[in-house]
Amino acid sequence: MSEISPGWPLFEVFLRGKRGLNHVHVGSLHAADPEMALHHARDLYTRRNEGVSIWVVRAADITASSPDEKDPFFAPSGDKVYRHPTFYAIPDDVPHM
Amino acid sequence: MTTVQEQEQEQDLEAHFDDTISRMNRIEPRDWMPDAYRATMIRQIAQHAHSEIIGMQPEGNWITRAPSLRRKAILLAKVQDEAGHGMYLYSAAETLGADRADLTEKLISSRQKYSSIFNYPTLTYADVGVIGWLVDGAAICNQVPLCRSSYGPYGRAMIRICKEESFHQRQGYELLLTMMRGTQAQRDMVQDATDRYWWPSLMMFGPPDANSPNTEQSMRWGVKRHTNDELRQRFVDMTVPQAEKLGVTLPDPDLRWNPGRGHHDFGPVDWAEFKAVVAGNGPCNAQRLARRKAAHDEGAWVREAALAHAAKSQADQGERTRPSAGGLHV
Repeated sequence: MSEISPGWPLFEVFLRGKRGLNHVHVGSLHAADPEMALHHARDLYTRRNEGVSIWVVRAADITASSPDEKDPFFAPSGDKVYRHPTFYAIPDDVPHM
Repeated sequence: MTTVQEQEQEQDLEAHFDDTISRMNRIEPRDWMPDAYRATMIRQIAQHAHSEIIGMQPEGNWITRAPSLRRKAILLAKVQDEAGHGMYLYSAAETLGADRADLTEKLISSRQKYSSIFNYPTLTYADVGVIGWLVDGAAICNQVPLCRSSYGPYGRAMIRICKEESFHQRQGYELLLTMMRGTQAQRDMVQDATDRYWWPSLMMFGPPDANSPNTEQSMRWGVKRHTNDELRQRFVDMTVPQAEKLGVTLPDPDLRWNPGRGHHDFGPVDWAEFKAVVAGNGPCNAQRLARRKAAHDEGAWVREAALAHAAKSQADQGERTRPSAGGLHV
């Protein structure tokens, strides 16, 4: 290990590309504190006007689901086809539906 | 000891991984992956990140000597982009469990490599243009297919990088066009820089396919989409008309269009030189690493001071305790 450990903590960066859009995860960076993380995020992820708003959050503070698609965590929505509009047969000549 | 049950579980996971790859789906950070895939991705991404970081130096040398304010602003922006590209890539490597400080340490201690091209010196301002045109042009050839890399975070970093590389190549070519419209001495500089950078640019694609033992596995994993020789050929075919338009001669007497193949034939690359540079014996290897190490060492107090400031601010606010490193990647 190098002498910079314990290093600056890891922050995940989320950008709003323009008004009307959600913040989207774009990557991560290291910074000593949240304020510095914001400045670094501006320099690193918005050099070409890619964002109008930035969120940074400590990576350690994120709780995530298990990544495996087969995870039973998502099973409850798997067998509920009736939640989708295509489940319902409507005659072709019914307008505006 | 591994039980039969654990072995079966591992086989299931591996089958799921192979299936994901074969459906051209992406592998994401917390997915199960074979140890060899993880190690290969870390090595490849780290080597790429190191190349971006070391790549700041050859051109960075010219920032203070740029011929105009316009060129200086452009060069500053470009070198800043290289730093950014390195950061995107270190960030991607960290999603695989690599530690950024550890990667820096491995670069400085020569335990991980970077692209051989950055071990050549930049002797004149024309080199800045030729690096943009040829070196970044070759990098684009290499990198565009990597946008479809099977490892999600790497592919996403490459998309971002490729968008920015286009500016790099175009500013270089425009710089050269400007010089070619200048004096004979300026035209000579452009030709000289082309002569020096042409062969090292071809070496950027790596050894010939016959001597590239990892290519097959990398192609199977979707880590690599084309072979070294395919990309090298693509680069030569792309570059020849650009050289003609520019009015420079590419320094290869064997370079000619082959209508039978539908490609340009070109002469043999000096692989002995390539091996020597990769092994650490290029013109600038020692200088590049020494500079990187000095920057790291000289920045140590800033990193420490920032941490101390953060800790003090937090204590003042009575909020959280001290910051913790590492954590979850999304």
